[in-house]
Amino acid sequence: MSLVDAIVPAKVAPLAAPAAPLVSLSGVDKVFANGVAALKGVDLEIREGEFVSLLGPSGCGKSTILRLLSGLCNPTRGNIGWRGEAPQIGFVFQEPTLTPWSTVFGNVWLPLRLKGVSKAAAKPQVEEALERVGLSGFANAYPRELSGGMKMRVSIARALVTRPAVLLMDEPFAALDEITRTKLNDDLVALKCGLGATVVFVTHSVYESVYLSTRIVVMAARPGRAVAEIAVEAPLPRNEEFRLSPAYAEKCRETSLALCAAMDMPPPASCNPGKVRS
Amino acid sequence: MNGQKALEYAFPAIALALGLAAWEAAVRYFNVPSFILPAPSLIFFTLIKDWGTLSSSLYVTLTITLEALGLAVVGGVALAILFAQYRIVERAFFPFAVVMQVTPIVAIAPLLLIYLSANEAVLVCAFLVAFFPILANTTLGLSSADHNLIDLFQLCRASRWQQLVLLRLPSALPYFLGGLRIGGGLALIGAIVAEIAAGSAGQGAGLAYRIVESGFRLNIPRMFAALLLISATGIAIYLVLTALSHLLLRHWHDSARGREA
Repeated sequence: MSLVDAIVPAKVAPLAAPAAPLVSLSGVDKVFANGVAALKGVDLEIREGEFVSLLGPSGCGKSTILRLLSGLCNPTRGNIGWRGEAPQIGFVFQEPTLTPWSTVFGNVWLPLRLKGVSKAAAKPQVEEALERVGLSGFANAYPRELSGGMKMRVSIARALVTRPAVLLMDEPFAALDEITRTKLNDDLVALKCGLGATVVFVTHSVYESVYLSTRIVVMAARPGRAVAEIAVEAPLPRNEEFRLSPAYAEKCRETSLALCAAMDMPPPASCNPGKVRS
Repeated sequence: MNGQKALEYAFPAIALALGLAAWEAAVRYFNVPSFILPAPSLIFFTLIKDWGTLSSSLYVTLTITLEALGLAVVGGVALAILFAQYRIVERAFFPFAVVMQVTPIVAIAPLLLIYLSANEAVLVCAFLVAFFPILANTTLGLSSADHNLIDLFQLCRASRWQQLVLLRLPSALPYFLGGLRIGGGLALIGAIVAEIAAGSAGQGAGLAYRIVESGFRLNIPRMFAALLLISATGIAIYLVLTALSHLLLRHWHDSARGREA
């Protein structure tokens, strides 16, 4: 934690007060209209340039935190404070959620189009975003012609096209097969390093969270709350070497144990990380 | 592949031809009088012989059907958009739309004939039956846009208008086209039913009126010829709307997508 905390904000935003987090949630409660308490007393700070994973069982309010950060809903109690104005946000959903009636270009253009940018004016930005996710040359394809992994890449390109300072990702790779997910994880790490954006990433997967994050926030359900934080000190960018290293395995173990504790499961001596994944 | 495709078309064609041949043979063999059951060949010759009368009747019916369908599309879509934008309007007016739908058109037709001229009454009847499926389907389609996409539009601070044009209308298109296909067939049925109601009062000149008139005159072959034209019109409307649907959806909707081999 110390390494990332100390270096990244100072490096990325030298003009900002070094200690001020990009956004902080303090004492946030969220109660849905049906009376379900999604979040209770969540305190969370996210600093510029971090890659924070929210890890926890279903119903722990991970996605709700993303919705709060994006402004799609408001907290019932507590406060969400951005440093300065709320920045441009890119959102990637669990499903690719593309519009099937438009081409890949049309889908990536959409956020700009809604801001009134014409097709011609948007072209360079759309092409750049597509290049970043490795889909140059697919601009005229329709979503149904693409595989699940490629659709998700389009979805990421759409989130990137407005050059957001903050990228919110809600279990984007959960529906993909292991091999595609591993590839996309690698590409996401590279992407994040290239952009220098702050990423908040919701996941069920211990492995994914350890591989991607600079910090993991472990959450518990009923009511949703943050119960542990684990810093992953290994420097970005990471690669297969990190995935095979003892440090990675040890972090996975540590995270799994924290997740076991968050789920009120007895932490057995053989708390195997593989058993925790859902 | 091509041979198989040809076979797919050949079988129903052969079945139709065999059926017609059996009909023709039975009529000739049993010497059935034409005022009870005319042979297919006689119906065909009547169709050619009376083409002048029948074609002008076809024109009348077809015009009314298409006008009614056009009005139903404009009215149904406009009202569906209004419903989707203001739920309170939907609450207020949907029950009336349902009442219009469930009341048999044949029961309303005589009433309409009192208030309106025969042609207007037929038009209104055809409109009333075509209107509901278009309204109901489009309303459903407009409200079934992907929730995540709605969130995305909200995140991008899209206006209501942008959300309607770029998200809700395209989402509703397959539903609308489904409603249009049902409405197209119903518009013809509505027109025919209303023409029969009006025809018994000695009005109108559409195909249904020809059927009623031929019935009075025991001109059964012409009755069949008019019936044949009505069926052909219904099939043509269906085919045109199916082609339209395919044309609009072929790039993206599952209904228009061929199986990838």
